[in-house]
Amino acid sequence: MRPKLKMPSKKWVTRKESGNNHSEMNQRLNKRKVKDNVASVSARGILIFVNFLALLIFCGIFWKALPILSLVSLPELLFSSSWHPMKNEFGLFPFIIGTMAVTLLAMIISLPVCMLTSIYLSEYAKRRFREVSRFAIDILAGIPSVVYGLCGVLVIVPLVEFMGELIGVQTTGYSLLAGGIVLAVMVIPFIVSISMEVLRMVPEPYRESALALGATRWETVKYVVLKKARSGLIAATVLGFARAFGETMAVLMVVGNVAQIPTSLFDAAYPLPALIANNYGEVMSIPLYDAALMSAAFILMLVVTLFSLTAHYALLKVGKTIA
Amino acid sequence: MSKIKIKKLSVSYGNHQVLNEVSLDIPERQIIAVIGPSGCGKTTLLKSMNRLLDLNEDVAVSGDIAIDGENIYRPDIDVNALRKRVGFLPQRPYPLPMSIFDNVAFGPKIHGLDVSSLSVVSNKEREGKGNKGTQRLVEHYLRLAGLWEEVKDRLNAPAAKLSIGQQQRLALARVLSIEPEIILADEPTSALDPISAKLVETQFKILKENYTIIFVTHILRQARRLADYIIFLYMGDLIEHGPAVRFFGEPCDEKTKAYISGEIS
Ligand SMILES: Nc1ncnc2c1ncn2[C@@H]1O[C@H](COP(=O)(O)OP(=O)(O)OP(=O)(O)O)[C@@H](O)[C@H]1O
Ligand SMILES: [Mg+2]
Repeated sequence: MRPKLKMPSKKWVTRKESGNNHSEMNQRLNKRKVKDNVASVSARGILIFVNFLALLIFCGIFWKALPILSLVSLPELLFSSSWHPMKNEFGLFPFIIGTMAVTLLAMIISLPVCMLTSIYLSEYAKRRFREVSRFAIDILAGIPSVVYGLCGVLVIVPLVEFMGELIGVQTTGYSLLAGGIVLAVMVIPFIVSISMEVLRMVPEPYRESALALGATRWETVKYVVLKKARSGLIAATVLGFARAFGETMAVLMVVGNVAQIPTSLFDAAYPLPALIANNYGEVMSIPLYDAALMSAAFILMLVVTLFSLTAHYALLKVGKTIA
Repeated sequence: MSKIKIKKLSVSYGNHQVLNEVSLDIPERQIIAVIGPSGCGKTTLLKSMNRLLDLNEDVAVSGDIAIDGENIYRPDIDVNALRKRVGFLPQRPYPLPMSIFDNVAFGPKIHGLDVSSLSVVSNKEREGKGNKGTQRLVEHYLRLAGLWEEVKDRLNAPAAKLSIGQQQRLALARVLSIEPEIILADEPTSALDPISAKLVETQFKILKENYTIIFVTHILRQARRLADYIIFLYMGDLIEHGPAVRFFGEPCDEKTKAYISGEIS
């Protein structure tokens, strides 16, 4: 319960010996308490508002997406591959597959890089080098998505086209592979920076225990540090997934955006976020188009929330296992 | 015969010099106590002897330390092999994040110690394949550390579940398992209750037949009880060293006398 405003002051004033000094102090005390109250009430208000906002977005999107279910059934929406808004066919399957494929590919590319980088920085590198790298990683993490997209268009897409030529596959370069690579490069600084923090959290004496037995650095990492840091590293990875899943701009620029189920790395794909960003607000003449896009947004949010919760759970375990 | 020869060893962390030209010879197969006030450099001296100091980035070491005549600060020395010869028991036990069994089996495993060649394994077990040898070995070292009876029924439990006193003896078993020649122990009983402390002391007395044991202690009585040889450090200087009987019986230096009588601590 919050303390009542004037409670202590009354007592003090009624005391005989309390002079001017005291009542001045009481006034100040009152003021301070008022400020304290204003601060706590407004902070709580804002907190409630923010939580409410999240709920509101969820409900809002759900509500806007609902009408699509009157036209197509849920299984059809999720698993049909025909996307012909003109003919009232709204199958999201190619986009769902597109999202999963790009995300998965990005993770497959980035995970080994992330783990080795963070292990090197945390366990092998000298302090100075670690600090410099941390700085560089922070800069990388701050580069806007569009810039990554541009670099992708200028470098990765031609590179993929060239690779396709080398192995005799017809491709424009705008493909699943290009999307995966660009996305991987984007999540690497994010995952590395969290993983490195997690590894640094493992107390030094554990390393010393293993090293004192004559273990090499690598044996120490493998049997001690990674074991201690496991749940934290999982959290870092899952958070990376969540990021990659919802990432729009850069991927949209290089992935080709063709509503099909990609059958090879060199095929174009069309992830959910790109679908929404490309189309919303443009073809509103088609009935239920926006409801279909809203259902895509809802799926996206649901999955990302799921990832975040998993990461949160893993992070809760970090405190218990790492010390 | 002296096992370790230290010549003009100076150690500093950054600008802060903590050992000043320490020179001494350490005898073999005895219990050696390193004593001195807090912060005088005891842990530093201990860690210099198996190069655990290297883990510290801003440490500078000069002078040299020879074990069996071989300078361990030579650049081409194999540090992992050195640490196998010179085991270290830390001030606080930090069990490896694995089972009790694996904690003891870890050292032999990484060093590829051929279980079957160890003297503790009988001929019969040597022939049988599989884990039999390792099991025998883990039991042997846990017994040696005085822990076997308490843990024999839960070898697969995580080591972190043990009490601190048990963890300390597990750490002792872990050190013994790599068959070192020298054991460095940093206040091995400071985290222990009196009974566990007694157990560790008893083990040390048994072990000195085969090992050179160098331990740090804050407790003068413990040094008197256990040690054959005393090294007394004060603010980074080696003040006095020698056989325990002489050290306590007729100390030469004024500081030693003051420390023994409890005037400085
Ligand atoms: N990693 C470090 N970095 C900087 N200074 C250190 C480091 N380790 C120890 N020191 C300093 O070196 C001095 C000696 O430390 P050391 O740990 O060897 O003392 P000690 O005799 O073992 O003390 P205690 O009995 O309290 O364990 C101390 O002044 C300490 O502050
Ligand atoms: Mg110490």
